[in-house]
Amino acid sequence: MKLEEFVKAFSDELDDTPAEQVKADTDFKSLKEWGSLTALSIIAMVDEQMDKRITGADLRSVKTIEDLFNLAKSR
Amino acid sequence: MKAFIKAITYALPDKVVTNEDIVKEFPEWTVEKINDKIGITERHVIDNEHGETALDVGCKAAEKLFEEYEIDKDVIDFLIFCSESTDYHLPPSACIMQNKLGLSQRIGAIDIGLGCSGWIYSMMLAKSLIVSGAIKNVLIVTSESYSIYLHPRDKGNRTVFGDGAAATLVSSEGGRAEICEFAMGTDGRGAENLIVKTGKARSMKPLNDTTIDEFGNPKSSDYLYMNGPDILVYTLRVYPKLLKQILANNNMTMDDVNIHIYHQPNKYMSELEKKKLKIPDDKFFEFVEHTGNTVSSTIPIAMKEALKLGVIKKGFNVLSMAQGLGYSWGGMILKF
Repeated sequence: MKLEEFVKAFSDELDDTPAEQVKADTDFKSLKEWGSLTALSIIAMVDEQMDKRITGADLRSVKTIEDLFNLAKSR
Repeated sequence: MKAFIKAITYALPDKVVTNEDIVKEFPEWTVEKINDKIGITERHVIDNEHGETALDVGCKAAEKLFEEYEIDKDVIDFLIFCSESTDYHLPPSACIMQNKLGLSQRIGAIDIGLGCSGWIYSMMLAKSLIVSGAIKNVLIVTSESYSIYLHPRDKGNRTVFGDGAAATLVSSEGGRAEICEFAMGTDGRGAENLIVKTGKARSMKPLNDTTIDEFGNPKSSDYLYMNGPDILVYTLRVYPKLLKQILANNNMTMDDVNIHIYHQPNKYMSELEKKKLKIPDDKFFEFVEHTGNTVSSTIPIAMKEALKLGVIKKGFNVLSMAQGLGYSWGGMILKF
């Protein structure tokens, strides 16, 4: 999976955030919409799209969507 | 020797908490958000302030079973009470239930302490007792009241969990469904991801250590703590292998399964499970909207509703599986 596809897949999981606000360098935990359910849907998305398992601790340890992509890829 | 489900029913406590009630206390939620994401519109809770417990609701379910199916209580020779909200540290609530229900004194009665995997394990044990030839009729009562463990400001868990009980009669003497083969698993590394830490041997006294997590939810050793993300990861890891194992143990393929009735934590998890395991909508039965996650009772409650609706037909193979605290997981096939 490429980074641009990951960013799009991330954005698709959000209900209230316009796609223009979701970029590779977005600090996703500071998005207004970020919450416990969004975290679950991102974990599920990574599992489905990349067949990789990331945890709650992983989400806490990274800052940007690109950081998350790289972490998931490295698993 | 075979074992069968002869009778199944459920009971819920009278008090209802709607999404409107929850939104009054947590105005940052909306009713639409809860309905949409979680698929739960109401849940029942015990009236613990006036002394109601999971044991009481369990007795209600058992009495309902006896009446609905005209069961002679004396045929029961074993009672399994599955709950993590038993009345006391000791004695077992199953012993108290034997007396309350007026069951024979010649029976065995035990508590099982399991969460969402509880009904599957109770069924496994009941079948084993019957297949051994020692026992003819096992009454399984699953009953939970997580409401007593929830922090008043824990909006997430107060939204998803509901109190309730189910009663199942497992018999050697025929019934609606034959209980086929099981698969199971345990991973204690997950223990702290769904836990009430204090009040028992590891820490008898409360720790009063409430903090607020990054999502604004209270986290405390003295209340129920659930690590949602890690439980999701565990589910995604375990469910595909468990499904494969259940099918293998029953010499079946996915095509042989007519209906999947899984543990029902909420609509969101069910959607993920269907997607992950590639189960079409019309083969996946859901019933959680009016009960919430009743822990070990979700499968028997959904199964009862599926039977009432005529979703399960004669000759159907039903696959049930659950993953829960512990971590503990398991599943089985029923042949109707």
